[in-house]
Amino acid sequence: SSSEHKLSFQKSKEVCLSYIQDAMLQKQWKRAAEFLTFYIESLEKDFSTKYVGPSEMIWRIGTEILCHHSHSSMKEFNSFIEQMKAFGVRRYLKICLEHAFHLLCNGLIDEAYQNLSLAESWRYGEQTAIQDKEMKLIQAYRGLLDYYSWSKQKNILLEHGQDGFEDLSVEQEMHSCFRKAAVNLKEIIKIPGVWDLFVKCYVDLLEFYGDHNEARQVLNEYAYNSKFPANPNAHVYLYQFLKRHGESKKSLISVLKILHDIVPSHELMIDFNNMLQKSKKRKKRRLGLEVIFAVLDYAGWKENVKAWKCLARQLKQIVSSEKHLDWIKQEWNSRKDWWPAFHFSRYLAKQNWQENESLSYEKALVAGILLGKDCKYFRYVSRQGCKAPGKRFRLLKKFINKHKSVYQGIS
Amino acid sequence: RDFNERCAQCSEVNWGVTDGGRFYCRSCHNVIERTREVVNSDFLTNSRVQTISKGSRKQEKKDGGCEWYVCEGFQLVLKKQAEALEALGVCPQMKDEILCKFWRHYLQKSKQAYCNRSDGETVKALSVCDSSTDVDSEAERPSLLHSSLSESEGDLQTDCSFASSASRASENTSMFSGSVDGSSYLMKNHKEKLRMTMPMTLSFCYMALLWLREPMTLSDLLRYVVEGHIPYLNVFQHFPEKMRLCGLDVKIFCVESWPVYEEVHTKMLELAAFLDLPRFPDITDSCFLHPDMLCMKYLMEANLPDELHNWTCRVVKKICIGDVDFLTLVPGNKSTRKVKYDVLAVAVIVVVLKLLFLLDDHYEWSLSDFAEERNKNNKEGGPYFEFKKWYTVIKCSLDMEQKKLDEGRAKYLWRCDKPVFYSAGKKSKVLKRRQMVVNLQNQFGKLSGSLRPAEKPNPSSFQFSWSEENTDGSCFHGHSLKGVLQEKRGLLTAKNPDYWLCTLKLCNEQLCGHLAHYRELDFPQSYHFVLRLFSFLLRIQPSYIHDEVCVIEQKLFHKKLHNKPKHNTHIRK
Repeated sequence: SSSEHKLSFQKSKEVCLSYIQDAMLQKQWKRAAEFLTFYIESLEKDFSTKYVGPSEMIWRIGTEILCHHSHSSMKEFNSFIEQMKAFGVRRYLKICLEHAFHLLCNGLIDEAYQNLSLAESWRYGEQTAIQDKEMKLIQAYRGLLDYYSWSKQKNILLEHGQDGFEDLSVEQEMHSCFRKAAVNLKEIIKIPGVWDLFVKCYVDLLEFYGDHNEARQVLNEYAYNSKFPANPNAHVYLYQFLKRHGESKKSLISVLKILHDIVPSHELMIDFNNMLQKSKKRKKRRLGLEVIFAVLDYAGWKENVKAWKCLARQLKQIVSSEKHLDWIKQEWNSRKDWWPAFHFSRYLAKQNWQENESLSYEKALVAGILLGKDCKYFRYVSRQGCKAPGKRFRLLKKFINKHKSVYQGIS
Repeated sequence: RDFNERCAQCSEVNWGVTDGGRFYCRSCHNVIERTREVVNSDFLTNSRVQTISKGSRKQEKKDGGCEWYVCEGFQLVLKKQAEALEALGVCPQMKDEILCKFWRHYLQKSKQAYCNRSDGETVKALSVCDSSTDVDSEAERPSLLHSSLSESEGDLQTDCSFASSASRASENTSMFSGSVDGSSYLMKNHKEKLRMTMPMTLSFCYMALLWLREPMTLSDLLRYVVEGHIPYLNVFQHFPEKMRLCGLDVKIFCVESWPVYEEVHTKMLELAAFLDLPRFPDITDSCFLHPDMLCMKYLMEANLPDELHNWTCRVVKKICIGDVDFLTLVPGNKSTRKVKYDVLAVAVIVVVLKLLFLLDDHYEWSLSDFAEERNKNNKEGGPYFEFKKWYTVIKCSLDMEQKKLDEGRAKYLWRCDKPVFYSAGKKSKVLKRRQMVVNLQNQFGKLSGSLRPAEKPNPSSFQFSWSEENTDGSCFHGHSLKGVLQEKRGLLTAKNPDYWLCTLKLCNEQLCGHLAHYRELDFPQSYHFVLRLFSFLLRIQPSYIHDEVCVIEQKLFHKKLHNKPKHNTHIRK
């Protein structure tokens, strides 16, 4: 019908917007700026019912263009953002926050700090309550920058300390930064969310001032409070903290157990396996085997010598002791269909041998145990290995020959 | 209003008439000797019969503005438009005699002026009170009009207390405007009286142009409007300072969209009937608007061979659309279908192209190959017209121009420097916003590398021009149609023996709003291309042209359609 094709203000601005978007997608910043110039007057008629209105559109598009356009400067960017702030009360704090990020990305840390402080003191009737979340973020980031200052002061002090200088003013400043930072960081990590950076910094502060209890509590909360989203890093931080403070193996293992459940391919699984293998408890050793097999299910670990070494050592130990062969059987059951092609193909045997002798040694040991001495991998590697100098391949061959019936028991 | 001398005191040209019938300058209230009797034929809306009675017309409101009525505003708009048309070459008679007579007649008929207000309305509008609520809460604005229109007339009282109490009672109703009668203007049911709107100003203009048989079609007029040669968008910029525009006036005078051909045309017909106009001056075959003339124009513009003109004339003659009685407008006559001259002309061309080239995506190309062969081997006697070549040239230009047009639409600037507020309270906000917009435009304008938006194109009635002097052979005017014609019994007829109808039967316009339904997918690409070309030239939807083509075909093949039963739409000619 004719009314659909009627060119109205709204329609022509929609069309304009699509030109801007096309230009931006093709990184034609001049053209995008050109069309934006014509879009801007929609601010004077800002009552679209769309989810994103003209003023937000202009803020975001303008930011992109100014970030990428070759002729734009930081000064221009700042002046643009100030205008956006003046206009968009409903997203004032969001604009401030993103402005601060932009300044940080450009290395203007002091400016960012000033911006954040200014934003913190902003009050605007009921908008202040509505934009509470953004306010908390602003305070948190300001706290982070306070931490950063603190850290700088600390380093200065340590240097001076080495040189034998004392610097009271620096020390005082350092403490005041600490107080400011601590207050804000503490606040933000109360709210369920992912706050890795803030948590780390806060814990660093607490440790420095010796408040280990508080630090432990914070980390525990972060890792175990079910309100917080599942976050492997939380467990990693807790583990690292406990390790630093010489906690018992038992508590370390319990932390890593959860990490294993969430991220079986995590790099700490190697440490985990090492701890478990050495344990006196049978259950722990059983778990260790499970952990190391799980790690090698992932493609990223295929060529990791350490991982194969762990597995090889544990398998060797079990085979030698001739106890708990059923453990191997259990683990191998779900893998026997696909591990041969995944890890032990002839192609891989060649490739591994060419690239990394140690890797092929460890893998050959595992292959020999799991698949027997006649499997492709073992045959190739051991033949190559026996030609090479050194005794270990010959010893390997002997070992596998000795236990050659093991694989039958487990397949 | 046509008194154009500058005031001796303030040098403004802004005249009104006092109660005593003397001229006074509205800017500085300098009364001069010149009186009404001397200048009888001028526009004199200020001297409405009912306001000549004492005391009802204050010259100045407290903020320096003056009282003005909505129809005065429209009068100003029409004046500006007429002046622009005159600058484009329309004869000055249009402004001074025709348009002004029509307008005055309209005012009389709609009882806004030049008559006694005897229809029982004591509307002294509600503007002068300051309303406590503002009109510009954005999301509520659409509903505002609903609520005002839905109020029955009985509730409309005429004193200020109503307005202020109403506005305190409900946040949504705020009936105030800079003009005296702005609010009531929108609220009253004007169906019988044909309320004036901005698009209707163009209807007035077109009606006057038609009366004078000026060489300007409606599509030309609307194109000039969009290109900015005729005031329409933001015309209120030209209102004098004293005529304060705010509140509901904005709804009346600020346009948010471009005028649509159909709408302007329909309104023009309604207007002509409303004013009880007699039969318009005859459109004869020497008039610009006659299909023979217009076809020539469009053939040239579409870069088609001049020889096609013979064929268009033949079709016109055959179906009698060149008859003076068919072409001349007789207002109020509901039985005859009203003629859209420009659409009719291009539809005739389309039909002729179908007659000669079939346009079924096959035949025209094989004809073209044949002509190409002949042109290669035989250089004498001038080139035969090759459809393929023409298509290539036209497509290239059309795509380019279409792209420019589309970008131009995206880049259209709707706001002007003179800001418009809904209420005095929001004035500062509006001004601040305007300032920011200008700042941002400058900032990004610098980054875009271009300085100012493209200049207005010079007004021209031809959008494409093709010159035979071009040596690249891109002008087809002189090409011969011999390649598609053959001699039969001494007459030249088309080689093409077939024809396909766009539709077997026309729809009932009253019921479904259209005579036919055009969907690009249903028709051959060549046909679509031709429609696209003309719809670009006329700035209308292809379906309008398609409708007209259907009507012409029905007339042309009337006998064949009604005498023999048809199973398909193909016809042997």
